[in-house]
Amino acid sequence: MRFAVLQFPGSNCDQDCVHVLGNVLGQQADYLWHKEESLGNTDAVVVPGGFSYGDYLRTGSIAQFSPVMNAVKRFANDGGLVIGICNGFQILCETGLLPGALVRNRSLQFRCEQVYLKVPTQDSPFTREIEAGSVIRVPIAHGEGCYFADDESLARLQSNDQILFQYVTANGEPTEEANPNGSLLNIAGICNEARNVCGMMPHPERASESILGEDDGLRIFEGMLGHFEGKPVATEQEPAV
Amino acid sequence: MKAKIVITPKKAVLDPQGKTVQTALEHMGYEGVNDVHVGKYLEIELEGDDAEAWRPKIDEACHKLLSNPVIEDYHFTIE
Repeated sequence: MRFAVLQFPGSNCDQDCVHVLGNVLGQQADYLWHKEESLGNTDAVVVPGGFSYGDYLRTGSIAQFSPVMNAVKRFANDGGLVIGICNGFQILCETGLLPGALVRNRSLQFRCEQVYLKVPTQDSPFTREIEAGSVIRVPIAHGEGCYFADDESLARLQSNDQILFQYVTANGEPTEEANPNGSLLNIAGICNEARNVCGMMPHPERASESILGEDDGLRIFEGMLGHFEGKPVATEQEPAV
Repeated sequence: MKAKIVITPKKAVLDPQGKTVQTALEHMGYEGVNDVHVGKYLEIELEGDDAEAWRPKIDEACHKLLSNPVIEDYHFTIE
């Protein structure tokens, strides 16, 4: 599978993504400069974290007008797999590929720590390798990760099962204490209605090797690979009768 | 000629900066500060003197780039 990892001026998680996709997952992963107007023959797009354009004006606001984003929009609208991580999530919201927006953390603090995430649904290419309702551990590192959307959009996210990741306690409770940034409904990540575009504030690429502490994040990239290869979704084994 | 644009967070959006500034003002002894909203102010220098011709373009720019309608309101004058 061929992944294109976008690079904007100020991206800084692109190398981690290429490392995980290439060296850990064993797939082809190439950088794609933001001035490119075509994605070539890529199978999935990663919009990585960082501070594209110095976060000027609003996070992700300038990057949405980079030439490559027109190609990403076409690719996504044709059903191509796109994942935006951290600043990538902010860019996908600004672009309109995902609903809502990310605003300043309620604490006004930049939060850099491990968090627990509940995965409410297995029904997406990004969560298909994670048992629904289970809790994974992935780090965050952001100052503007407070998810906001109007009531109507939130209701739609809920009724369509578009909330893919929620900040929770180790026991899976979506409490205020477990919410590092004030996100509505403790939202850490969502997908679009067609379920081919995902945005998440936590960094799965920083939790993809057990030797570095955690590998829960790898399940997300494995899900994209499994979806692309058309493998059956991993489910719990049928209990023996 | 200049477009003067004010962008503010929507009422429904949390504005922790505004709350923090409000608290600081109260600590300084300013009484009666009911609410503070922290936004942005932009000045754009424009060619010519046809404000009416610029108005729809500035409005479009505000909508597409300068503000995010999901979380922000804006208003502007051209003078």
